[in-house]
Amino acid sequence: MGTHAGSDQTPARPLWLRLVDQVLASRVGRSILRHGYPNTNRNRSLAVFSNFFLHIHPVKVRTEAMRFSRTFYLGGLSALTFALLIGTGVLLMFYYHPSVPRAYQDMKDLEFVVSAGLFLRNLHRWSAHAMVALVFLHMIRVFYAGAYRPPREFNWVIGVFLLIFTILLSYTGYLLPWDQLAYWGVTVGTNMARSVPLLGDEISFLMLGGHQVDANTLVRFYVLHCVVLPLVLVLGVMVHIWRVRKDGGIYIPPEERRAAHRACRVEGESGREEA
Amino acid sequence: MSASDFEIVAGDDARKDPVRVVLVQEDERPVVDLHEDPMVMTVPHLMVREVITIIAASLFLVLVSILFDAPLEELADPQRTPNPAKAPWYFLGLQELLHYYPPLISGVILPGVVIGALVVVPYFEINLKREPLWTHGRERKLLSIAVATVLVSIFFYVSAPHPVWPIIGPTLFCGGLMMLPGIVGTESRLMDWFARRSLAFWIFTWFLITAVILTVIGVYFRGPGWEFTLPWRDGVY
Repeated sequence: MGTHAGSDQTPARPLWLRLVDQVLASRVGRSILRHGYPNTNRNRSLAVFSNFFLHIHPVKVRTEAMRFSRTFYLGGLSALTFALLIGTGVLLMFYYHPSVPRAYQDMKDLEFVVSAGLFLRNLHRWSAHAMVALVFLHMIRVFYAGAYRPPREFNWVIGVFLLIFTILLSYTGYLLPWDQLAYWGVTVGTNMARSVPLLGDEISFLMLGGHQVDANTLVRFYVLHCVVLPLVLVLGVMVHIWRVRKDGGIYIPPEERRAAHRACRVEGESGREEA
Repeated sequence: MSASDFEIVAGDDARKDPVRVVLVQEDERPVVDLHEDPMVMTVPHLMVREVITIIAASLFLVLVSILFDAPLEELADPQRTPNPAKAPWYFLGLQELLHYYPPLISGVILPGVVIGALVVVPYFEINLKREPLWTHGRERKLLSIAVATVLVSIFFYVSAPHPVWPIIGPTLFCGGLMMLPGIVGTESRLMDWFARRSLAFWIFTWFLITAVILTVIGVYFRGPGWEFTLPWRDGVY
């Protein structure tokens, strides 16, 4: 211990961290991030509230709210799959024509011609199934936690509509490969719309752009799938998350908050006695 | 709580030093003291968790996409209907109901009722309170649950050409579990737990079990002509 004169002082920061410090402290660095390396609470706070992407978070979060077994991060995972779907979806749009029978040939091209095309389609497909399942599970988790209680009632209602829009997105995407699975899967669903009393045929015609699933339907579903529904869902998710934040973050049942509060108080009091 | 537990000190100038009095009841603390919950900095504690979750979940989906290919059948042919023609998995519960009810009921009314019920969930006093079922009125509650269970079961027994067992089963199951603490008492921890569930809990659980059973039957146990098949014998259609 006594060999180094400065051993009781703060150890020198490694080279790469000093480089990061210098970049962050430079004029360009400060114009982009506006805070230093987040190793002080001041910089950590600045990192959150001066950053567009992190501003959905408060500077401090409850330890209880972060526990994996409380939420299984289902809402966040739904958002992640949605982000993956937008990314892979945009790439797939580069290769896809919403016309008959070109749409199906594009599937074959993705499989045999495009580099990693099959992987791209697989990732989009499995992420879509995962998103539907995750949104369902998220709703179930929120229900059993009772997290729809005031003041969160309307955010639950928004959530129900986000679930419906997720299903509609998945359903409109289901038709796009234009294979037998797509065609008949969508036909079964749209046949049900026909049984709506009074307006059944009109609704069906509006959805299909005709009297049965055909090239017109493909264009309608394509536009809904790639433009209309994602925009609605992005907006809905923004409102949904914003309201969670405004209502004080993730819902923690009052009895558990009291328990955590009491534990914190006892800790603080015993600390004071020692001092 | 006695008056000696707290002390109210008012300054000379009440306008300058206002004193706020809060009545603290034993089990209903007001929101004022909740900011003392244990907290940590978002950066790095929450950020690290988020980054790990994003990487792990993305990696999982990438692996699945490498190992399993998305299905692609032959070119769509409006002249050739596959048997069975199945909707995507999340609609197969509804499609399974088509086996029992006309499309107006299984495709329009029932989904409408379910969505409507989900939307109004937070606006029902009965859900908000989450009052335990067995606090008072044991005899009357037992009777009303038994009558409701039997009536719902009879309805789903006679209303379709064949009894709707995927709904009758969960109805009897949930009704039975609801009544159990009222019959055998709440001495055991499990019975106590059942007894403290709310009506909303039971209705949602009933809906969930029904939806899962219908979907599993639709996905795995239906073959050509929507006949019952066994997936391990005939494969999955």
